[in-house]
Amino acid sequence: MKIAVCVKQVPDSWAEKKLNASTKLIDRESVDAVLNDLDEYAVESALQIVEANGGAEAGHTVTLISMGPERATEALRKGLSMGADDAVLVSDVALAGSDALATSLILAKVIQRINPDLILCGTESTDARMSVIPSMLSERLELPQLSFAGEVNVSADQVSIKRVTDEGVDSMNSPMPVIVSVIEKINEPRYPSFKGIMAAKKKKIEVLSLVDLGVSAAEVGGAGAWSLVNDFNEQAARSAGVKVTDEGAGGTALSEFLAEKRLA
Amino acid sequence: MSTFVFIDHIDGAITKTAGELLTIARRAGEVTAVLVGTPGDGTKAAAAINSFGANKIIAIEDSAINDHPSALVAQGLADLLLEKGATTLLIPSTARGKEIAARVAVRTNSGIITDAVDVTADSIATQSIFGGSAVVHSKVSKGIAIITVRPNSVEPESKPSTCDVEVVSPKLTPTKVLISNREPAKRGGRPELTEASIVVSGGRGTNGDFAPVEALADLLGAAVGASRAATDAGWYPHSHQVGQTGKTVSPSLYIACGISGAIQHRAGMQTSKVIVAINKDPEAPIFEVTDFGVVGDLFAVLPQATSAIAARKG
Ligand SMILES: Cc1cc2nc3c(=O)[nH]c(=O)nc-3n(C[C@H](O)[C@H](O)[C@H](O)COP(=O)(O)OP(=O)(O)OC[C@H]3O[C@@H](n4cnc5c(N)ncnc54)[C@H](O)[C@@H]3O)c2cc1C
Repeated sequence: MKIAVCVKQVPDSWAEKKLNASTKLIDRESVDAVLNDLDEYAVESALQIVEANGGAEAGHTVTLISMGPERATEALRKGLSMGADDAVLVSDVALAGSDALATSLILAKVIQRINPDLILCGTESTDARMSVIPSMLSERLELPQLSFAGEVNVSADQVSIKRVTDEGVDSMNSPMPVIVSVIEKINEPRYPSFKGIMAAKKKKIEVLSLVDLGVSAAEVGGAGAWSLVNDFNEQAARSAGVKVTDEGAGGTALSEFLAEKRLA
Repeated sequence: MSTFVFIDHIDGAITKTAGELLTIARRAGEVTAVLVGTPGDGTKAAAAINSFGANKIIAIEDSAINDHPSALVAQGLADLLLEKGATTLLIPSTARGKEIAARVAVRTNSGIITDAVDVTADSIATQSIFGGSAVVHSKVSKGIAIITVRPNSVEPESKPSTCDVEVVSPKLTPTKVLISNREPAKRGGRPELTEASIVVSGGRGTNGDFAPVEALADLLGAAVGASRAATDAGWYPHSHQVGQTGKTVSPSLYIACGISGAIQHRAGMQTSKVIVAINKDPEAPIFEVTDFGVVGDLFAVLPQATSAIAARKG
């Protein structure tokens, strides 16, 4: 079984993010870049599925797929050090400013190229937070989709999940190939071991350009964008208000504050 | 301009967000409300949709629609939008709404903007990003402007209309996904988290005991939220998580109890109108964003506040 995991390099979620005034895009230079936390759950799921089905000896492989600047190889190394086998990065200056439609177009091309049985994704990236790529891939590739998985099981050519949403928990299944997105409650991503980190240095990251994928520059990036930012403005940070220390009447003070604000 | 609103409903009962989206859509002139459901849902929902000034109601009905996830809904919706020459589609920014929107965007080769908090008459969307630290205005430049709008973004304004429901039953091609079992979430009596005007949340500081949080929530008619520490521990379901990887809420009042206020939590509640926190640690970062903070033990402060409010309410 061939598993592909779509991953993204994002600004560290612990950092204050900003937009760049001239490009109107996220300023990626000023903050640490990491593997999207939510994609780590997808990588971990892939590794667990391989382990539960006979391991690498049984011929199962995990390939990471990403689109981003050259620097995104750092995030891919993280996934490789967790245990993925190899990676494909689509990197091209013409991709700068790509929106979700363009990203899904590129990822779909790579998926068609490597033809996996199972495609795993995180539910969203912590920077753009759109949560649309898995569904877009499903449409572009005309493959079934199992989303918001809190549990994934693979047996023979069937994948079954427990879909966890506000509406409740649904058990669903689909034959492979299928696109599965996982939620953060599904597992506890492993920390790369020293051995894993060393091994990752030798693993292959294939870098592809738009030409390699047969996509024209006009279709993607800022040039082909399906949506554009008109303008943006920074909001004043919230300032701290009143702080009282509870010495026996903190609750009463709180109730008085709410009464005064006509909130309770 | 031809503005369409995707009406969110449960068995023909429309959600509060549906009214909000119709209110926003009316700014652009004529509005077509589209509902996708099982036969009869359109008729059941008509009166409620007509109370928000729709100019046309179209129901896409299929008896098997609920047995399939978003793919089938998107099929029916995309074909209808293309056929009717829609220029804008507003969809609720829920997990399911975003899935449908993403699919419709690909099917119609259209741009998509998610998590808008407002939309102008000419379809410029306002988004509040990075936990409210920046406000962005964007526009779709190709195809239909597909915009997902967060619940609670505007006050729904009623406006009577009297249109009939046009029912269409296109032939939809099922996907290979099968649903074998459903366990609907227990709703309880509390309002839905993203729709609520007051949210009381508990974190690791509750130590798993949400009783004082729930008592205050019930007195105020509030929804209950939780930090990731609390949902990871299994004290509250993931669907109640507020923050970066949970819900974004923007209520009139947010009360954080035993929550430190990590940047990922603040990303989901920082745009609340009034923020109150109770935390033992005077240095907790949550106090940087609170209008009123109580440094103290939530197990003492919350019950006292609850009984004082109850006493005042009489
Ligand atoms: C990618 C990513 C996404 C994340 N997404 C989210 C998210 O969506 N939502 C989210 O909440 N977190 C999220 N987190 C986690 C976040 O970083 C914090 O770990 C989490 O918010 C901590 O929860 P907490 O405040 O309940 O716990 P803690 O940080 O442990 O804080 C507990 C607080 O309770 C106080 N306390 C203890 N006992 C009492 C008492 N008796 N009375 C009063 N106060 C008391 C303590 O002083 C402390 O401040 C995310 C992290 C990452 C990396």
